[in-house]
Amino acid sequence: MTKQIYLDHAATTPLDKQVLKKMMPFLQNDFGNPSALYNLGRRSLKAIAEAKKIIADILACTPNEIIFTGGGTESDNLAVLGAARANRAAGNHIITTKIEHHAVLHACKQLEKEGFVITCLKPDKDGVITVEQIITAIKPDTILVTIMYANNEIGTIEPIAEIGKTLLKYNTTERQGKQRVLFHTDACQAAGTLDLNINRLHTDLLTLNGSKIYGPKGVGVLYKKKDVKIQPLIVGGGQEFGLRAGTENVAGIIGLAEALRLAQNDKEKENTRLIDLRGYFWRGLEKKIERIKLNGHAEKRLPNNLNVSILDVEGEAMLLYLDEKGIQAATGSACTSQSLEPSHVLLSIGLPYEMAHGSLRFTMGHSTTQADIDYVLKVLPDIVEKLREISPARLGMCESKKHPKYKQ
Amino acid sequence: MRVKNIQSTNNNMSDSPYTFDGMTSGGDPWYYSDIVKEHFFNPKNFLKTDEEASFKFDGLGRVGSPACGDEMVMWIQVDPKEDKIVDCRWRTFGCGSAIASTSMLSEMVKENNGIKIDDALKIKPQDIMTRLGGLPDRKIHCSVLGDKALRAAINDYFHKSGQHERGMVEGGKIIDPILKITDHDIEQAVLDGAQTLEQVQAKLKVGVGSPEAITEIEELIRFYKEKYFGL
Repeated sequence: MTKQIYLDHAATTPLDKQVLKKMMPFLQNDFGNPSALYNLGRRSLKAIAEAKKIIADILACTPNEIIFTGGGTESDNLAVLGAARANRAAGNHIITTKIEHHAVLHACKQLEKEGFVITCLKPDKDGVITVEQIITAIKPDTILVTIMYANNEIGTIEPIAEIGKTLLKYNTTERQGKQRVLFHTDACQAAGTLDLNINRLHTDLLTLNGSKIYGPKGVGVLYKKKDVKIQPLIVGGGQEFGLRAGTENVAGIIGLAEALRLAQNDKEKENTRLIDLRGYFWRGLEKKIERIKLNGHAEKRLPNNLNVSILDVEGEAMLLYLDEKGIQAATGSACTSQSLEPSHVLLSIGLPYEMAHGSLRFTMGHSTTQADIDYVLKVLPDIVEKLREISPARLGMCESKKHPKYKQ
Repeated sequence: MRVKNIQSTNNNMSDSPYTFDGMTSGGDPWYYSDIVKEHFFNPKNFLKTDEEASFKFDGLGRVGSPACGDEMVMWIQVDPKEDKIVDCRWRTFGCGSAIASTSMLSEMVKENNGIKIDDALKIKPQDIMTRLGGLPDRKIHCSVLGDKALRAAINDYFHKSGQHERGMVEGGKIIDPILKITDHDIEQAVLDGAQTLEQVQAKLKVGVGSPEAITEIEELIRFYKEKYFGL
């Protein structure tokens, strides 16, 4: 079998061995229901309490502000739907962005059907949302602002701390004695690389999950500031302060806490390594492939993310050729989506359709080495060359050079 | 591309690079059939760079645009005595199935020393798909373009050789000028089970590059549904 080079860490990451080791007892012997009174159950309950403490320490909040859910999508849904529905009496306006994950955007669509009004901010050409845009969009009946910490496709990092601070000031001066504007951020892509200290971010709600930080899939966190009211989506038992019913995924919770701890511990060192590697990767691509463009902000981006558009070729075709060579990446081309639209993120930053169709996303991770990047740099230019020869786009590349055979 | 259905799920990059709704080959789950794979990785008869100046052709057809996600150009060589296409070349911008289906079509045209023009005009997307061993459902729109590029090339040949009376081969009315999709294609999509605009678009991509055609497409879907299913 060809050597496999996994460059899709923004989609999901493999489970870390140390994380798995921590999880194992709870998949086997310590299977007790945390709600049970006997010792076996109490051990599970204690383990969950410890996991909450680990996460609370990282976020600089209290364990009671940590709610475990079934993943990033559920946490986003619970934050957006839950906060909007619980605070409806105070207003019905919500501010978000065009480049959010669908877990937020589709939740907003649902709220629109329920009578809420959604303002969807358009980012600049690098995918950045500004504080001014948010302040301008706030109305007296605004109850929630939800902006992602870092974008999953183009890797652009949003100024969450700055937005948080500004909203705090706004709330203190303009919303005295009234319901404040709540602030939610989806930090799934940022969890392994960026600062998660709530005292600096000033968010009321924050989404995390395990599957992007070498933790287990199917487990997420919603940080919810003490005084924030949300309405649960899943009801039943009284777990998670009555905000998320269902027997806890104990092993998953233990794994998520351990994964987050490891990621945050190593982040400075790993970030530096990945930023260097990414620079090397991009310089190589730029040198070896003509008509290639970087998508997203050049510096304000996740260390592991490289998103490019290659003209005259289509993303899925490139992915399949790459896969044949053992390289796994992603694209924003329409051909890989259920709908016929290319990536909403790439279109929102103003990319023309043909460039969105020719996009490739490489997201590096722990296992990525310079040798891996060298291999991609060796293989990809040939793939592009081959597909460009098959593509008619090159025939009509520029009017003056237009091939005689192409004139109709 | 402005698809009317803004709510449609678009999972491109959010979580998985692509979903495996395709078929399997030899225990190794793969997105496309072995035949599609062969034509995709080793495309036949495309116009190589060094052939650009030398390949003699009698007709040229082009459909789609990179903005739509697919573009195809087809060049054909005709033996006027036999009224046969004896050779062809193509170029395609598009995904795996778009490339593979054009490659397969070029083989269908060239096999048995060429194809009678009248037979070439009868090639339907379904014929190409059958020869490819099937395609994943949502990939069908891609192969729709190959036969249209071929028909456009034949039309060009008719035009250039003064056979204007044969020029109106399409028969149907062109609804989507960019993809050259006709009312017949929409009729076929409805007969194949598409009930809504979204479902027809999932098969044909119609109106994606020509949003102004959406109203007419919706009317046609209603018309054919009533005609065949009395709905």
